[in-house]
Amino acid sequence: MSLFVSQLFNGLQTGSVYALVALGYSMVYGIILLLNFAHGDIIMVGAYTAFYAMTAFHLHPILSVVLAVVTSTLLGVVIEKVAYTPLRSAPRLSLLITAIGISFLLENGAQLLFGADTKSMDTLVPGNVSFGSVTISYTAILTIIVAVIAMVALTLLVQKTKLGKAMRAVSEDMGAAQLMGISLNKTISFTFAVGSALAGIGSVLYLCAYSQASPTMGSMLGLKAFVAAVLGGIGSIPGAMIGGFAIGLLEALVAAVGLSVWKDAVVFAILIVVLLVKPSGIMGHPVTEKV
Amino acid sequence: MLLSVENLHVYYGAIHAVKDVSLHVQEGEIVTLIGANGAGKSTVLNTISGLLKPRSGKIQFMDHNVTGVAPNKIVQTGLVQCPEGRRVFARMTVEENLEMGAYTRPNGKFDENLEHVYELFPRLKERRTQVSGTLSGGEQQMLAMGRALMSEPKLLMLDEPSMGLAPLLVEQIFEIIKSLHKAGSTILLVEQNAQMALQVADRAYVLESGRITLSGTGAELMASESVKRAYLGG
Repeated sequence: MSLFVSQLFNGLQTGSVYALVALGYSMVYGIILLLNFAHGDIIMVGAYTAFYAMTAFHLHPILSVVLAVVTSTLLGVVIEKVAYTPLRSAPRLSLLITAIGISFLLENGAQLLFGADTKSMDTLVPGNVSFGSVTISYTAILTIIVAVIAMVALTLLVQKTKLGKAMRAVSEDMGAAQLMGISLNKTISFTFAVGSALAGIGSVLYLCAYSQASPTMGSMLGLKAFVAAVLGGIGSIPGAMIGGFAIGLLEALVAAVGLSVWKDAVVFAILIVVLLVKPSGIMGHPVTEKV
Repeated sequence: MLLSVENLHVYYGAIHAVKDVSLHVQEGEIVTLIGANGAGKSTVLNTISGLLKPRSGKIQFMDHNVTGVAPNKIVQTGLVQCPEGRRVFARMTVEENLEMGAYTRPNGKFDENLEHVYELFPRLKERRTQVSGTLSGGEQQMLAMGRALMSEPKLLMLDEPSMGLAPLLVEQIFEIIKSLHKAGSTILLVEQNAQMALQVADRAYVLESGRITLSGTGAELMASESVKRAYLGG
């Protein structure tokens, strides 16, 4: 029982990070139908930013976290402006290939700048709390709380604010949204900014959990978050949250029954099953191609 | 002159969809653009709205040259289109749709405009919290028109407001167009339903294969033999 409960918290912890990253995938897909494969690498840049801010520049952790989130946000917006905006009317495949190219650029750029080795640091939030026989790390608790707050804030932003509503309008019908006077450029930039800020938060939470950064850390994390987004229904914000937690819990469950080495395989098997059985995911809207 | 379009040419790739179209709308008028399916009516409207870029020609709206200007900038000038097929945001509520219509407007007059739209379309008020995708076709058309009105248009362009509606609803939509006109709105109406359109219009243009072939007052065109033959089933 205690094993189950502590694995439950492990699952919620990794699931939180997946969910935050999946949200960025889903929001961007929702608005410009792009699977932004560079999204995972934004996490890597965020993690390095926080890492060097704390280790090399000895900044206060809070300040470093803010710096990581700001850097991720700016990077996301710059990538959109430089690489995706010029391709807005290009075929979607060109956009996808560009995203993969940006991903390689970021990974190899990081390797060039920071070296290929994994950088490690001390645990950011040490310590555990015990409830009877169950031990839960402060990191896990913090991660879950931060992720939930971020998701509530995002939901309010999307449901209640003018920009959030404009985002939903653009993702439903770009042409009609323009006829309302909504600026596509502004709304799409805003979507990338929000998605990338969530990735920045995810990067810090990842750093809390594993205390290390490497140039390719974003690729597996990004792929799993992508699976989470597809499972939840790509384009759906609540779907990405559900998908993220589901994948995190599933991994923990697989580990709990002693099949840790199969963790990744199970996640990608889920992707295959979802695509075969219900490609629109749990919360997704059935795809209707607009003429 | 509120709107003047001069020598407009629009292409879809190699296809010459709009050929040398010139038209104008004066303040307070209802002008209709009629023509068969595929004649290029919506292409003309979408070019005026900035969704399509013309190859050549000039579009002047009041003192703004809006040729090739981004659609969101054009809406800010008061030139507003209610698109064909309604295109309401189906996953958003009725009231959220209306809020989107008011996107370019300062918040100050929002409540007043909303009240005005609900007066015109009491049905929308009843369904304000309902998700728009669940509305009937007629209600969606009302919502699309109400949404366009939320932006306080100086010229309202309606693209096929009667499309796919039952005759009774078509009557109702045209009654609303008439009452908007009476209240001083200027309207450019694109319609396949030539009969109805010519009845309400001050002036009309006939578009055939991308070219304007005939123009005149609504009454003149209703009396025209070629219009009768081609569009009025006579």
